[in-house]
Amino acid sequence: MAEPLLSIENLHKRFGQVEVIKGVSLTVGKGEVACIIGPSGSGKSTLIRCVNALVPFEQGSVKVLGIEVNDPQLDKLRLRKHVGMVFQQYNLFPHRTALQNVMMAPIQVLKRNKHEVESEAYALLKKVRLEGKEHSYPGELSGGQQQRVAIARSLAMKPDLMLFDEVTAALDPETVGEVLITIRQLAEEGMTCVLVTHEMGFAREVANEVYFTDRGVIVEHAPPATFFANPTDPRTKMFLSQVL
Amino acid sequence: MSTHPTKPMAVLLPLPDILRNRDAHKLPIIRLTWWHGALLCALLLASATIADAASAPAKAGVFAILLRWTPLLLSGFGLNILISVMSMGIGTALGAFLGLALISPNRPLSATAWAVTQFFRNAPWLVLLFFMIFILPYHMAIGGFTFTLPDWVKAVIGLSLPVMANVAEIVRGGVQSIPKGQWEASESLGFTRHQQLWQIILPQAVKRMIPPWMNLYAILTTSTTLASIVGVSDVVTLAAQVLSAEGSRPDLLAPIYGYVLVMFYLYIYPIAWATRRLERKYQVRN
Repeated sequence: MAEPLLSIENLHKRFGQVEVIKGVSLTVGKGEVACIIGPSGSGKSTLIRCVNALVPFEQGSVKVLGIEVNDPQLDKLRLRKHVGMVFQQYNLFPHRTALQNVMMAPIQVLKRNKHEVESEAYALLKKVRLEGKEHSYPGELSGGQQQRVAIARSLAMKPDLMLFDEVTAALDPETVGEVLITIRQLAEEGMTCVLVTHEMGFAREVANEVYFTDRGVIVEHAPPATFFANPTDPRTKMFLSQVL
Repeated sequence: MSTHPTKPMAVLLPLPDILRNRDAHKLPIIRLTWWHGALLCALLLASATIADAASAPAKAGVFAILLRWTPLLLSGFGLNILISVMSMGIGTALGAFLGLALISPNRPLSATAWAVTQFFRNAPWLVLLFFMIFILPYHMAIGGFTFTLPDWVKAVIGLSLPVMANVAEIVRGGVQSIPKGQWEASESLGFTRHQQLWQIILPQAVKRMIPPWMNLYAILTTSTTLASIVGVSDVVTLAAQVLSAEGSRPDLLAPIYGYVLVMFYLYIYPIAWATRRLERKYQVRN
């Protein structure tokens, strides 16, 4: 087997006295989709924030394409060129249009040519089905539309790995679907994805592997068919009975 | 799961954070309405009527006296405005740098900036003013050029110090009012801290800094009258001179100073009005 695109080994993270991640290990191969589910406060968001070095951690190893994240000499820019991230609250830049949101990072971070980036940005917005909204400001878009701009903005950096942090949790139920369609499309195109999500149906359909976390540890993981049909751990069973 | 509580309980913060938060909104907020002006005018009118009734019929009416001295008083008021504009300009320029130093990740730099800010925000303005009047020489020589520093210029420098410290706080507050998600999103896209600050954070924060900055200017303008205490011929000094030129009639005291108050009201009311409008506008939109 080839080296996995993302491998996490024995990751520990504490905030002050509280250890929120207590030795987590997982691997995600190229083109795979990993879904992380679990109750609130189980360390899911912190875990994926450790992957792109938004949150420092004390112990363990995170490797993305062979780049060790837990390294004081880490070239964060190099890491972040490979890792895109989409947030629960979209976090679009409200003072820039949808198109500018998508174009900013490639121009300023990658120092690429503006005209090239512009035509790519139009194509990306078309891909997330936001044709005609290029010049709208985030405040003029619905939550689902903003989240799709945020996805396009991350894709503009041509990442190898996409992290999704509860990206549908803040959305109205009727717009959740349009965002999930976009993510599914990405997964089908072979993008490696790690999703923290509460959308069980979606996890069942797109995930290669489902991880259940509780209180900072991975309780159980399995391919979705097994995971949802025959959960083994009592905590998983109880969680699934509550959410399904 | 919230990794960064947005509103921490103050009692749980370490001491420096308590010190930081305590004075965050120390300056009063000028909330002038039209009826403040109406009240002022009514008081001016009433005091003038009383003064007219008290004086001998042969003497000139109070409004005739006020009118006669208006050009002089206005020239004094012009100096107040000049002092306020210049100290605001200098204070804002210095305060912008100080504010950026406050939010710097460089600990020694931000700690120094914090100490400077706290000192000049908490020192009484009049004390700073006296300090500058006495510490600055009357003649200055820079590179062979000798020039004089009149008292009003020293007043400008003295007043620009507290303005600087308050602007620094406004800058810090504006930057910190931007949601953490903006930092996270731009960081995850690979922006450097410098790019984050200048491309993402400051363009949004400046809008939020404008209302408190205008409020600071309104406060500064009223505080320029402190300059009269250190001997600058501002409108208050001139009002006192007008009063003695009119024979120090006690009944003229209220009309003359009331007149000066009306001048300040007319100048500051539009600023306070615009500040309120902007505040409301920027509160709604992110």
